[in-house]
Order: sequence, then C-alpha cells, then structure tokens
Amino acid sequence: MNKEEYNELVKKVTPKEHTFKNCFIAFVVGGFIGVLATLIHEVLTKTFGVSMDDAAIWVIIILIGMSSLLTGLGFFDDWFTKSKSGLLIPITGFAHSMTSSSLEYKKEGLITGIGANTFKLAGSVILYGIIAAFLFTVIKVVFFL
Amino acid sequence: MSTFKYNNVYIKDYITLVGPDEKVSKLKGFDASINDFYFGEKTFELAEIKMQRKVIDTILSRNKLLESNIDLLLGGDLINQLCITNTAASNYYIPYLGLYSACATFNESLIVGANFIESKLINNALTVISSHNKTAERQYRYPIEYGANKKLYSSYTVTGSVASLLTNAETNIKVESSTIGRAIDFGVTDANNMGAIMAPSAADTLFNHLNDLKRNVSYYDLIMTGDLGEYGSILFKEVCKKKYNLKINNYLDAGANIYKEEQEVNAGASGPVCLPIYLFTKILKDKKYKKILLIATGSLHSIVMVNQKNTLVSVSHAVSLEVK
Repeated sequence: MNKEEYNELVKKVTPKEHTFKNCFIAFVVGGFIGVLATLIHEVLTKTFGVSMDDAAIWVIIILIGMSSLLTGLGFFDDWFTKSKSGLLIPITGFAHSMTSSSLEYKKEGLITGIGANTFKLAGSVILYGIIAAFLFTVIKVVFFL
Repeated sequence: MSTFKYNNVYIKDYITLVGPDEKVSKLKGFDASINDFYFGEKTFELAEIKMQRKVIDTILSRNKLLESNIDLLLGGDLINQLCITNTAASNYYIPYLGLYSACATFNESLIVGANFIESKLINNALTVISSHNKTAERQYRYPIEYGANKKLYSSYTVTGSVASLLTNAETNIKVESSTIGRAIDFGVTDANNMGAIMAPSAADTLFNHLNDLKRNVSYYDLIMTGDLGEYGSILFKEVCKKKYNLKINNYLDAGANIYKEEQEVNAGASGPVCLPIYLFTKILKDKKYKKILLIATGSLHSIVMVNQKNTLVSVSHAVSLEVK
C-alpha cells in the first residue's frame, strides 16, 4: 500500500459533511439575524423616532454588542457551531472572532496579549477589505468618471 | 531491532485524574476528578500543571515514598516545549527527563523507564503525563470561545493526568516487552483527521512488534490503540489487512470508547491520557484480559507544519503487559 492508495482509502472512510443541510441551517439562522436586525430598525425608527441613517448604525452597534456579550458569557461559541456558520456572515461573526481572541490572550497583557492578538482571526477581513475597497475605487475612478 | 523483552519491570501503582467531561463519560472509578477547567488556578496552563502535581503527590504519599526514593521522573504533555511537565517537575527534586511523542508519550515513558530498570541502572521510575482540553485547543486550533465548525471526523482532547510507578519488585502487572516505533509520513495533510495520520504508524509498529517477537495477533487477548478514533480504527484495520496481511479481531481503540454518544465529540477522544485512563479504569479493573498489547499513537504535527500545508508525521510505540 503506497501513499496514493492510502489517501484514496482515507477519502473513502472519512465522513463527508452534509453540505446541503449545513447550507440550509446557515441560511435560516443568517436570515433570522436579518429579521432581528430589521425588527430593531423598525422599533428604533417607529417607536423612538430615530432617523433611518442613525437607526442603521444603532442596529450594527446593538448586534455587535450582543454577540460580544454572549461570547464573553460563553454561549455564543456553541450556537455558532450549531448554526453551521449562519451566525458568521452578519457582523456578529466579526465581533465574535475579535472578542474570543481578546479573551484568549487577556492573561498575556494589554500590549503583547490583547493588542497583538485581537485581530488574529479578523485581521484578514480588515486587510483584504481595505485592499478590495482600494481596487474597486481605482476601477470606479478609471472607468466611470 | 527496536523490540525489547523485560524480565523484571512491573507497574506498582497508578493514579488517574480527569476533567469534567470525562467524569460523565462511559468510564468511572477515577482516583480524582475536577469540576472546573481552571482547577482553582488563574490560567488553564497552571491548572494542567496542578493536575500533574496532584497525581505525583498522591502516588508518592499512597506508596509512602519520598522524592529521594524515586530514581527517575519521566513525563510529557502536548504544550509547546513541554512547559507543563517541565514546570510540574520543578517542584520535585527528582532527576527528570521530559519526553514528547504527542499522544504516544505514555508508552514512550514506560519504554524509557522499563529499559533503565531492566538494565539495572535504576530501581524505579515515576511517569507522569497530562493533557488539558483547553490548553490543547488553544495551541492547536482556535481561541477557546471561538465557535469554529468542527469537522465530523475531528476529535476532542481529553482533560486528565496519569502517574504510574515502575519498579523492579514483582507486582500483578508485568511490563513484558516493548517496541519503539518509527516516524511515519503517509502524506496526510489534514490535522483534523488525526486518525488518518496515525493509523499507518500504528499498523507499522504492530507489524514490527509481532515480527520481532515471532508472535501472531492471537497471542494477545487484547490489542488496544490509543486515540485513533472511530475512523482511524477502520483505517488501522484496513492497513493491517492490506499491507501486512494481519487480521485483527481482538482489537479496541481507547479514544473511540471514552465519551458517550450524546457528548457530541465526533470521531472520539484524543490526547496522551486516553490510553492510560482506559487501561487503568476499565481494562485492568475488568480483569478479562491477561496479555494486553498497548499501541499508543501520536500525531507529531505542530501548528507551523499544518499552516505550511506539509504532510504530517506520526509515531506509535507498543508496550506489552501481562496481568496476573
């Protein structure tokens, strides 16, 4: 039995993820977060008379605050796993990754611990987000103006 | 030749300590258990050190031994540079060798101790090993509070520590022979699939052990691997059959049999304490088997090798026990 034969065997024995089921759960959970965000938005504009633009920012702050708080209280990681990343795509996932990294490195100090590691998981989102924003701006300037 | 036979090496005593998840697992009858991953300490690392100290203290006091009565302390854990065992060992004035074979460290410590005792260089040796779910998770995977998706074939690191006392005075548990394994690379790159990384090395060590001692599989009442898990066990049996023409019926994997179904651990338990806690709390207490072959399986990957997408290496060491 050589390496190729063995790796074929490994592929055969290793269980496959249920892609369709996982996508469905993620779709429902992600959609639920969207509904929740809209509800908050409605309540803020209709009940409290907040302007549409301000309400959008408040929604983001509330969702980020909630996912960070729930991460700190130790619930969010279980829900996150069960939701098959349905909680990842909205901003909740970004806040969750930052809070969990910060908690992890708290014991190593403010600078070398929290400071250096908060963006351990979210860092690529920020870096490639900035690069993508730059590239799209260039495209916009060159071709459309 | 990497196989050794022993005439005067015995296990005199052993202590098992486990964490909260193992306490409610299929196994019971541990010497001690903890309810909290922090074990009253500030960090998980300090908790794991305390676990090691607790088992060492207990085994010394239960056998009325002083530090000066122990000739050699052998041990290891999973955390970088063996920081857990090194720090725990600094509390005892006992000559110390730190060992690393990942999850095969228990057998490695037995083999090193047994060879020293057999050659009459020392009279006894104390071995200590540990793993802690949170320290391992943090080093090998993601931050603890981060809810990454777990693969269906991933495993769950056992929290626990085990100390055992090897001696040249006769007891009921004889260390009969051992085989040192070779480092094996079979081209697996997925660190979550530890069973697949380790299965070929377990089969290789089993084959060499049987070959060196001119034995058949049926010589043993039980062949037990450490933490191949559900899928690794299948691969192990397949490799044994196809590559070495060995058919194994008297076989059991400790890691696949520790947690209950509802504990949702996918492929099973992993970590160096899987094998000894299963051996000490189940196999030896059941008194069903006389000749037991332990194959501890270790995946020697580091996070750097994983991130660079290199193929991952494993090693398995075998120890044969005869129980009266």
